[in-house]
Amino acid sequence: MSQTSDSGSVLEVVVVDPTSPKHKSSAQHRRRWWTEVGWRYIVGAVMLVFAGFPILYVIGTSLNPVGSVTAGSIIPKTLTLSNYTTLFSGQKGPFWRWYLNTLIVCAFTAVTQIVASTLAAYAFSRLRFKGRRGGMLFLLLIMMFPNILSMIAIYTIFTQLGQVFPGIGLSTVLGYCIALTGGALGQVWLIKGTLDTVPKELDEAAIIDGATHFQVFSQILLPTLVPIIAVTTLLGFVGVISEFLIGTIFLTDNNSKTLAVGLYGMLTTDKSNNFGIFAAGAVLVAVPVIALFQFLQKYIVGGSTSGAVKG
Amino acid sequence: MTPTKTVGDGGQAPPRTRDTSTAGLIVKIIFLGAVLAIAVYAVPLLIHYKLWLWLVLILLAGGAIFFIYTTKRFIPGKYLFPGTLLLVLFLIVPIILTVRYSFTNLGDGSRGSKEDAIANIVTASVQQTAGSPLYNMAVAVENGDSVVDGPFILFLIERDDASQTVYYGGEGDELASYQGDVDKADGQVTAVDGYQLLTSLEINAIYTSLQEMTVKVGDNSGIKVNGPKAAFQGQATVTYDEANDQLVGIDGTIYPIGKVGNSDYFVGADGKPAFTQSWLQGVGGQNYTDLFNNSNIRSQFLGAFVWTFFFALLSVLLTFAVGFFLALTLNDDRIKGKKLWRSFLLLPYAVPGFISLLIWQNFWNRDFGMINNLFGLHVDWLGDPNLAKFAILFTQLWMGFPYMFIVCTGALQSIPGDVKEAAQIDGSTGLSTTFRITMPLLLISVAPLLVASFAFNFNNFNAIQLLTKGGPFLPGQYARGSTDILISMIYRQAFGGSGVNQGFASAMSVILFVLTGVIAAIQFRGTRKLEELA
Repeated sequence: MSQTSDSGSVLEVVVVDPTSPKHKSSAQHRRRWWTEVGWRYIVGAVMLVFAGFPILYVIGTSLNPVGSVTAGSIIPKTLTLSNYTTLFSGQKGPFWRWYLNTLIVCAFTAVTQIVASTLAAYAFSRLRFKGRRGGMLFLLLIMMFPNILSMIAIYTIFTQLGQVFPGIGLSTVLGYCIALTGGALGQVWLIKGTLDTVPKELDEAAIIDGATHFQVFSQILLPTLVPIIAVTTLLGFVGVISEFLIGTIFLTDNNSKTLAVGLYGMLTTDKSNNFGIFAAGAVLVAVPVIALFQFLQKYIVGGSTSGAVKG
Repeated sequence: MTPTKTVGDGGQAPPRTRDTSTAGLIVKIIFLGAVLAIAVYAVPLLIHYKLWLWLVLILLAGGAIFFIYTTKRFIPGKYLFPGTLLLVLFLIVPIILTVRYSFTNLGDGSRGSKEDAIANIVTASVQQTAGSPLYNMAVAVENGDSVVDGPFILFLIERDDASQTVYYGGEGDELASYQGDVDKADGQVTAVDGYQLLTSLEINAIYTSLQEMTVKVGDNSGIKVNGPKAAFQGQATVTYDEANDQLVGIDGTIYPIGKVGNSDYFVGADGKPAFTQSWLQGVGGQNYTDLFNNSNIRSQFLGAFVWTFFFALLSVLLTFAVGFFLALTLNDDRIKGKKLWRSFLLLPYAVPGFISLLIWQNFWNRDFGMINNLFGLHVDWLGDPNLAKFAILFTQLWMGFPYMFIVCTGALQSIPGDVKEAAQIDGSTGLSTTFRITMPLLLISVAPLLVASFAFNFNNFNAIQLLTKGGPFLPGQYARGSTDILISMIYRQAFGGSGVNQGFASAMSVILFVLTGVIAAIQFRGTRKLEELA
C-alpha cells in the first residue's frame, strides 16, 4: 500500500544553479518567475474554476428563490431557504427517510464488509491450510465480477426469498443491504497486506502463553489494525452511497428508497421545477461526504490500489 | 533481553487450555440457536413455495455452520466462513443463475410454472353471469403494509345473507370465512383487527390493480371487484382440458399450445397468443442464436460493445491526461499552499457520484441547462448521439480528473529526486526529463490503477443511466440508445418496461461476464498481486 503525504516532497533536494548571478534585474527575475512558477498558478486557477464552478452553481441554485435555474446568475439576488423547506416538507418525497435509509445501507454494507474481510484476512495471513493459495487466487478473480452483472438473478432471488422472509424481499431496506453483501470480502487484500506487516513473533508469543487463536486475533492483532479498519470502513461507507442499479430495481416503495434512487426519481418527474429542490438535497448530501473526504484524502490512493475505485 | 519461551507466568504456566470462556460459550449457543431457528422457520416455507435451490443452500449453510463452529478443528474455516457464505449466496449463485436463465425465456409473462400460468389464465377469465352472487366489499391491507402497493385483502359480506358471514381473501387465494374480530355496519365490514381498511380515495387510487384481482372460489369460479364497494362471484370463461393439454373457452373455442417466438403460449386460431401469460421454459441456445444471427440485434449489440470500449478507454485517458498534467504543474516546491490546492481540486471527486451525474444531466439540458445558459447557446446536447457522447465524456472528465491528479501526485512524489537530478546533470532539459524519465517511471506505478479504472468504467452503469438513460434513441434503435453501454443495454432489456426479455438479457450478461473476465485477465497480468501470494 503506497500512502502519500507531503513529507515526501520535503526530502527532495533543491538544486541550486551555482552559475546564477547573485543579483538579477527585477524584470528578468519576474520573467523567470512567470515561465517557471507563475504559469503553474494560472493552470491551477483555471482548473480550480473548472472544478469549483459547478459546485458553486448548485449551491447558488439551492438558495435561489426561483427554483428553476433559468434565473441565470450564480449568486442569487435574494437568498432564500424555500428550496430547503420544500425539501423538508416531504411534498416531493420523504427526504429524511431516504437519508436515513442511505445511512443504514452504507453502515450495514461497510460493517459487514470490514468484519468479513478482517476475519478472512487473518486466516489468509496467519493460518496455513490446504487450498489457501488457490482460495486467494479465486477470491481475486471472482471479485472482478461486480454483482450488477447479475442484476436479473438478484432480482429473482429476492422476489423468491421475500416470499419466505418478508423482511428481506424487494422494496425492503434490509433486503437491499443483504443483496449488496456479495462483495463482503472486497477488502481482504488491503487488510491482509497490513496484517502481513505485523511481526509474527507477536502472536507466536501469545500462543506460547496459552492464548487461543481467537484471543490472538481479537486481543493481539485487532488492536494493531484499528487505523486501517477505521479508514476502510469509512471508504466502504462512502463507496455505497452512489449504488444505483440494484437500488432502482429493488426499491420501488418511496419509503424504502435511498438518496440515489429517491432523488433521481424526484428530479426526473419534473426536471425544470425540481432542480432547485434537488440542489438543496445535493448540498445536504455532498457536504458531509466532502468533509469526510478531506479527512480521508491521503488514504484514497492506497484504498483504490486494492480495487475500491469510486465512481 | 534474552529470548525466553515462557513469557508471563515464568515457566509456571498451566497446561495449555484452549477452552472457550463461559461468555464465549453463551454467545456460541445463542448464535447456533438462531441459525437453527431460522432453518426451522424457513424450511417448511421453502418447501411450500418450491424453492428447492434455496432449500438446499440454507440446509447446506446451516449444516456447515454447525459443523465448523462446534468442533475445535477447521480453524481457518471459522474465519473464512462468514465472508465466503455471503460471497457464495449473493455473488456466485447469482452468476450461476444468470447463466441458467440465459437458456430460458424468462420474462414478465413467463416467470412461473405452466401450472401457475394455467391457473392465472383461468382465474383471470372470471366473468359475471346472470345470478352471480353479489358482495359488499371492503379493501384492506395488513397493518404496516402499503396502501398503494398492497398486498390487498378483500373483506366480503354477501348481500341478502342473513347470517352476515364475513369472507376474505387476497389475489390468487381461495376465499375463506373470516373468524377474527370484525366491526360491521349495513352489511359492510367497517373495521378489522390487525388490518387497515382503505378509504374510498385510497381505493380509487389503486382501482385498476383491484380490477385485475381475482379471489378463487373452487376451480372454475372466483370473486372479482365490481365498483369501489362491491364484488361479484363469477364463472371462469376458460377451462383447462388436461387430456389434450389445451384451454377451452365457454363457447367451445379451443386454444392449443403453440410456439410464438421462443416461447409456448396458448394460441388462438390465428396462431397468435390468445393470452399474454406464458411460462418459464428452456429455449436451448436460442437467445445466443438471436444475439449472433439476427442482424439487427447483432449490430446494436456490437454498437454497444464498441461504444463501451471507447467510453471506458477515453474516460481513463482523458482523466489521466488532465490529472497527470495538473500533477506535474502543481508538484513544484515553489508553489505555495499545495495542500490547499489539493483540497479544493479534489472537490469534484468528493461529491458523491450520483449527485454529480444528476447535476450535470441538468447542466446539459437544452432549455434551462447551465451550459447553454452560460454560453448563450441553444444546443440539444443530450438529443444528438455525438454531442451526447461528448457530454458524457466531459462529465466523466470533471468527475474523474481529481482522482488521477491525486494518484499522479503521489506517484511523482515517490520518484526519487536523485533520478531527475542525475538526468539534469547529464544535460537533460526540463521537458525531456519529464517525458523520458518521469513519465515512464510514473506509468509503471499507475498502470495497474489505469487498468482498474478501465475495468470499472467498462461497467459504469451510473454514468450512462443518470446522464442520458442510454439515449437519444434514433429510429430503428429499439433495444439500444445511442449512448447505451452493454450493462445499461442489459438493464433496458431486463427492466426497461416494454418488451421485457430477461432470458435474452441474461445471455447478454453472460457475454459481458466473458468480456469482464478478459479485462480481469489483463488486470491480473498488470498487477503484481499474484506475486504477493505468499
